[in-house]
Amino acid sequence: VCKRQPETCSDSCNNITLHKLLRERLCHQKLPDQPVGLDSQYKHLLELLRRTAVHGESNSVLIVGPRGSGKTMLLGCVLRELMSLREVQKNVLLVELNGLLQTDDKIALKEITRQLHLENVVGDKVFGSFAENLAFLLEALKKGDKSSSRPVLFVLDEFDLFAHHKNQTLLYNLLDVSQSAQTPVAVVGLTCRLDVLELLEKRVKSRFSHRQIHLFSSLSFGQYVDVVRAQLSLPPDFPDPKFSDEWNHSVTKLCEDKTVEEILRRNFNGSKDFRSLHSLLFLAVSRVSVSHSTLREADLIEACRLISADSKANVLHGLSILELCLIIAMKHLNDTYDGEPFNFQMVHNEFKKFIQRKSHSIHKFEKPVVMKAFEHLLQLELVRPVDSGVCKVQREYQLMRLMLEHGQVMEALQKYPQCPTDVKQWALSAFG
Amino acid sequence: MSRYITRLRMRRAYKWNGRPVSKDRKLKRQYYESMSISVEGKTEDVTVSLGQYILIEGDDDDNPFVAQLLKLYTDDSGKKKTAVVQWFVRTCEVPQNKRKLLGRHPHPQEIFFYQDCSCDNEVDGETILGAVQIEYVPVEDPFPKGKSKGILFVKLLWDTKSFRALDPELMQPPQSSKSPPPSSRGPQTRALPTPDLSVMKRAMSGILTRGSMSTGKMSSSEAESLHSASKLSAAKALSAKRRSRAVSGPHVRKKLDLCSPSKNMTRDDVLGEILDEHTEKTLTSKLNTSPTGRISISIRLTRLNLNEEECVSPLSSHSPDKPRMTAYDKDESTRARTPSRRKDALREPALAALAEEEHEDSPVQTAATPRSKRKSAQLVSSRIRKQLNLLGNTVDLQSDGVDGDDDDCFVPAKIDLQSSSDEEEEAKIDSEDELIVKKRRGSGTSRSTEKTRVSARTPRKTPSKKTAPATPHTPRHATPSIPSRSAPARKPGNVLEEARDIYNFVESKVIDGTGGCMYISGVPGTGKTATVHEVIRSLQQSAEQDEIPHLRFIEINGMKMTDPHQAYVQILQKLTDQKATPDHAAALLEKRFSAPAPKKETTVLLVDEVRHLLLVTLISIGYFLFIILFDWPTRRNARLVVLTIANTMDLPERIMINRVASRLGLTRMSFQPYTFKQLQQIITSRLNRVKAFEEDALQLVSRKVAALSGDARRCLDICRRATEICEHSGSQKNSSGLVGMSHVMEALDEMFSSSYIAAIRCASVQEQLFLRAVIAEFRRLGLEEATFQQVFVQHQALCRVEGLQPVNVSEGLTVCQRLGSCRLILLEGSRLDLFLRIRLNVSQDDVLYALKAD
Repeated sequence: VCKRQPETCSDSCNNITLHKLLRERLCHQKLPDQPVGLDSQYKHLLELLRRTAVHGESNSVLIVGPRGSGKTMLLGCVLRELMSLREVQKNVLLVELNGLLQTDDKIALKEITRQLHLENVVGDKVFGSFAENLAFLLEALKKGDKSSSRPVLFVLDEFDLFAHHKNQTLLYNLLDVSQSAQTPVAVVGLTCRLDVLELLEKRVKSRFSHRQIHLFSSLSFGQYVDVVRAQLSLPPDFPDPKFSDEWNHSVTKLCEDKTVEEILRRNFNGSKDFRSLHSLLFLAVSRVSVSHSTLREADLIEACRLISADSKANVLHGLSILELCLIIAMKHLNDTYDGEPFNFQMVHNEFKKFIQRKSHSIHKFEKPVVMKAFEHLLQLELVRPVDSGVCKVQREYQLMRLMLEHGQVMEALQKYPQCPTDVKQWALSAFG
Repeated sequence: MSRYITRLRMRRAYKWNGRPVSKDRKLKRQYYESMSISVEGKTEDVTVSLGQYILIEGDDDDNPFVAQLLKLYTDDSGKKKTAVVQWFVRTCEVPQNKRKLLGRHPHPQEIFFYQDCSCDNEVDGETILGAVQIEYVPVEDPFPKGKSKGILFVKLLWDTKSFRALDPELMQPPQSSKSPPPSSRGPQTRALPTPDLSVMKRAMSGILTRGSMSTGKMSSSEAESLHSASKLSAAKALSAKRRSRAVSGPHVRKKLDLCSPSKNMTRDDVLGEILDEHTEKTLTSKLNTSPTGRISISIRLTRLNLNEEECVSPLSSHSPDKPRMTAYDKDESTRARTPSRRKDALREPALAALAEEEHEDSPVQTAATPRSKRKSAQLVSSRIRKQLNLLGNTVDLQSDGVDGDDDDCFVPAKIDLQSSSDEEEEAKIDSEDELIVKKRRGSGTSRSTEKTRVSARTPRKTPSKKTAPATPHTPRHATPSIPSRSAPARKPGNVLEEARDIYNFVESKVIDGTGGCMYISGVPGTGKTATVHEVIRSLQQSAEQDEIPHLRFIEINGMKMTDPHQAYVQILQKLTDQKATPDHAAALLEKRFSAPAPKKETTVLLVDEVRHLLLVTLISIGYFLFIILFDWPTRRNARLVVLTIANTMDLPERIMINRVASRLGLTRMSFQPYTFKQLQQIITSRLNRVKAFEEDALQLVSRKVAALSGDARRCLDICRRATEICEHSGSQKNSSGLVGMSHVMEALDEMFSSSYIAAIRCASVQEQLFLRAVIAEFRRLGLEEATFQQVFVQHQALCRVEGLQPVNVSEGLTVCQRLGSCRLILLEGSRLDLFLRIRLNVSQDDVLYALKAD
């Protein structure tokens, strides 16, 4: 007993450390050591920001890439390296804005002044109007010059949203500063929109340097699997080398497994970005526990099932037989009328026909009950009124649409527990 | 430019041989038989005498102009030597399209007798290079063979329209040295050697009109130049030197090069003006085509313009013996308050004096009587008189080679371009650049004596635009005075034609103490704001030196304020340092500009991005701001000059209601996008002397940008990026270290190529399939829009075809949304779920291309 105690203790310790480590990686709590597959972009951006930080050259750049392609991560890595230079650390002022937070220029300006600590400069002066704010900030930026002022890095996340601000005043002014001999600034915009330049007004566009860093992942599947392995492997400095060896070994084996490879490929085909990979791995890793100390194939399969499950099919599993019957009736209506909208009365008629044929197997429901079931479906948004604007029509005759695909209905029926065979057959039959 | 310098170095000394042979009292001229020219470094002098054939300095060092010397004379002071000549043209000077009229290949040594009475045949004696031998060959005879290269043959006569047989008589020098017989010059009855009085006058009036028109209320300078260009066809034909239309087209108005030797543009303008004023066709074609005429015009032009102010005085000073004062002469002199500041505007006052004397002496040239009562004109002429007294006799002392001082004088000029967009090159180049630009400016315009206090406003505008014509016979440096000028103390950095117009406009208003409004339009990146700043800067310098009344500059930018009402606050704050609420500020401003301006100073108000002020203003505060901008300037005594800048050319029309439109005397100016040559000059001026780019690479950048937008910022950005690329790749390949074509191409690709294709190529398999499904569905429907459900069915089918596990609806939607967030496809009604509407944001061909290449 005495011997086993420390062992379980160390096991649980190991488990906790493992979870902490992988959570950091998979939940983006920590920046990776090196961005994967983005070397040239990394160099370009670093060089550009370094010029601003060290030489005081103004610049502007857009980082464009699809969601989850690592824009923020890239910038984070670059800033981390940049800030590790001592001369830069002391000099550079960083202003981070997000289009989702700073929804108009007024808020954005307040935020900029706050982040630049300019409110301290004026002491007790209360920042009054938006206008004063802007004038003050511009004055402050204008007073600076290349050699003596501290460079300011403006990071505009969701850059495209800033383009929707009135007159694009903020962008105009930031980019104007970046094009003239004032305080050195670097304006870094992050966006997932490829057409972002078309959003800019021409006078703003002219002031933008047209530098765009595109983040398109060109990973092959082999590299993708390598990344999976690297993401799951434990670092050599893990406290318990024995555990980490075992773990790493199991990970390597896992990656060579055929089923796992298929899951990964499916995921890879769906999207190349690491964010979706991380959510898959996260689900798998969270099944690891003290008793279940290595990552197994089954964990990944389960994670994949969870992640690729169709949400609406899942909703269907929770419906009553009556509701399911209504869905089937609607499906038949859809087939008969080629996707034209229907109303409750039509669905009810269809349902009644079915009941008449198979009266023995299905309980006969009153119309208000059927109506109630229909309304439940409406609430679940499995059916939706065609145009919500016109509500004058009686409820029974309001036109509706089924928000389910043919396949989803069939799949739900297959998996529905104890589904009456008559119902199943009705669903499979060509005509109601 | 360099040629200009070398020629100067090889100085010649000119001396009369013997005593004057005759004297013209009235004209105060002394005529001579011959002149000797001694060249520095050569022992024997060359003597040229009447009747001899001579070479005259021109644009082309290898092919100087050829002429026969008819007369030599000097004026009273003996300082200015003038030669009257009969021109010959070389084959290369005949317009390209006329050469075929000859009907045979011209002999390499062949020249043509040039017959055109409107051509000025007076040249500066000091432009004579030496003697040359010319032989007359009868038309039927073949060209003699085996003769020395130096001998030129003349066979035919060229009268700007056709080649004709030459009467050998014409080759004889005229007997009378006083006034060459007008009729002796061939079949045409026009007086050939004497400059036609009316022509001369027109030339002058043309110049002046040009100046005034640019500021004239209703004349759009662009239209005007187009107009003149179209009228110029005859002149065009001639100008073999004016090869590229690009240079002489209207866009060229913006010549950024500080010291470009080609003066084509201005030339065109001048001619254009001449033509505009007088449409006598024959005469104009003569004028345009005759080499001599051009020279004289140009000489005068130069002087007149140089001494922008001074030019008024020759006109308005008396020449009672000239009864030919016409209506437009008067007009001219009144308008002359906005003197045209031409390229050579930087002549020192002494020159002006010289010019003036000459004008007074020569009845041919003095055309106007004093009628101008304009304040400015009076002011100016008094100033000139002063100047004359001071400097009348010091011409010779002022010589060239003042380069050394230039840099000092130039310091303020350094920011011209920098202000619009700095930091082109790396830090190092940048700083160096500045110096160089300064220096270059200095040396580029360095031939003129130091600017003196008295020299009115001469030396500041448009340094590199010479008025000298760029036509074959354009001895640009034919005036004796040019070589003796040294750099003016300072002048605005660049030679934008626009700058000149703006400058003229503001300056005239400042001097007159009136107000006005100018509307400047142009696409982004054409240097509007930078130009105005430059103009104001140089005006303020003049003001500091008390040349013009004091002016006050206020700048607001419509984009740099949060709402239009802030304009009042900002104007008031900059004007009086007061703070007020917008309404109060408006009231104060109204008061301020209703009363006569305090201290008699003019306020120059620059309103940048005016559109943002106006559009909102019209609705909310009922024209008030509008009135500031457009009504106040017209009030008496308000002394407010408003310069408004916007992108759209027709803004005034779009927003103006009639009653507003009627009260503005709006001067328009439109900045054209830069042409590739200008862009090239901008780049070169920025990295002057730093050899960082290959020639071809520069061309590529400038041509590409000119074709796309003509935006100077873009151009510089590309160059900047290209240098970075070069720097990175330079370490690997040991290339020349210069930025080459490949680097520029890469930079261009980065900036201009569409990223859609790359995005599609890098998309995941399901995303690509989805795009394919979209196209398939579009084809099936024959529409450009489909619902998600429809596309999804296609998508699943495609998955099966590709042997992939079909995606379910949730996955399909995820893929669709991801494509939508990149804007590869456009999604509408995202709440509609299955009925989401999908359109492509890329052309189908692009998608297919990208997918196929995969």
